[in-house]
Amino acid sequence: MDKPIRVLVAKPGLDGHDRGAKVVARALRDAGFEVIYTGLRQTPEQIAEAALQEDVNVVAMSILSGAHPHLFPKVVNLIRAQGQEDVLIIGGGVIPESDIPALKEAGIAEVFTPGTPTSAIVDFINANLK
Amino acid sequence: MAMDIAEELLKGNRLALSRAITAIENEYDNATEIMQKLYPHTGHAFVLGITGPPGAGKSTLTDKLARAYRDQGKTVGIIAIDPTSPFTGGAILGDRIRMNGLTMDEGVFIRSMGTRGSLGGLSHKTADAVKAMDAFGKDVIFVETVGVGQSEVDIVKAADTTMVVLIPGMGDDIQAIKAGILEIGDVFTINKADHDGADKLVREMNMMLDLDGVMKEWRPPIQKVIANQNEGIKETIENVENHFKYISENGILAQRRTERTKNEMLDVLNSNIGKYITNKLVATGELDEFVEKIKAHETDPYTVVAKVMKDMLK
Repeated sequence: MDKPIRVLVAKPGLDGHDRGAKVVARALRDAGFEVIYTGLRQTPEQIAEAALQEDVNVVAMSILSGAHPHLFPKVVNLIRAQGQEDVLIIGGGVIPESDIPALKEAGIAEVFTPGTPTSAIVDFINANLK
Repeated sequence: MAMDIAEELLKGNRLALSRAITAIENEYDNATEIMQKLYPHTGHAFVLGITGPPGAGKSTLTDKLARAYRDQGKTVGIIAIDPTSPFTGGAILGDRIRMNGLTMDEGVFIRSMGTRGSLGGLSHKTADAVKAMDAFGKDVIFVETVGVGQSEVDIVKAADTTMVVLIPGMGDDIQAIKAGILEIGDVFTINKADHDGADKLVREMNMMLDLDGVMKEWRPPIQKVIANQNEGIKETIENVENHFKYISENGILAQRRTERTKNEMLDVLNSNIGKYITNKLVATGELDEFVEKIKAHETDPYTVVAKVMKDMLK
């Protein structure tokens, strides 16, 4: 059990539904990752600060409210600005296909929409961590 | 990133503190060097251990106590430990959920750790993580353990003052006279005191302390608390401060720190010697040879170890 991958699972914004985030957190745990879960209604600043204090390898965000075009890029910028260049940042939730290119442009490495098997997230993390 | 982690940490760089703890946890090659540089700057922080059964409210209580210390102008470090799955090596570290209000306070640094297979409820890297926060300049460092049962008492080795958090309704009074966590409490906190049975638990705890035979000079105080309503927090802080004053004044603190220093030094020694010998045995292939011979009952583990020690440590 050497050097487990550390993942922050975060819920930015105001929607109050974290079943998806919890399912993902559980799947990542079962894949041998250390998952830090911070609960609902986090500001981008809180997410970035938790990522710094926990020195995570991955930040995985879930949004169901539609605020992703604003909140996801903000988290990316804050995390990069504090010197965590290598952190892999991914997103998921109810996200229209048409929004995905702009999110990737903004630094979200991958976007997982409803119906994605959790194993796809685990595989993506394992394949894309530097 | 090519930064001198120890140097940056001592300058107050939070990312450096975070990276230092990662190096310690993952036993990176630079961890020893980091600790060597940080060590001279340690020894100033007060270390408060918070332990108790799962669901007792340790994280919520830690959150409230941390705020109380912040109100006094003190800076706070928190190490929150949760269990690692022995099957997958994964963990869900969820203590931050109760402490979200502290995240944006620059005077607070919270780090979650998994137990990663260590026994005793306390990750064996915790002591070094405490030192990193100490060198960073934190005044008070909380070590919140995993929910412990009855014999996980390692926390005493790392903390100046150990707080045991209990809640009503966990079992009959025989639980209170069992050996284990009840013996390590310098301060007791009965959380969720608005639940049925809180007074009964206080009575039972008092009876247990009465049975301690010769009255010790320090009788652990018992405080009823409703952490999520901030009730009893002030009194709890007073209990902790009184305990620290007591152990500082009569030499117990110095004694505990001497004992801790000795244990840490022996831990580093044993772990390094163990690694050194194991690596050599693996590299030369002797390990497999020995195992085969022992399996065939041509020799036994005790004879082999005696021979290895004689050969390597002359």
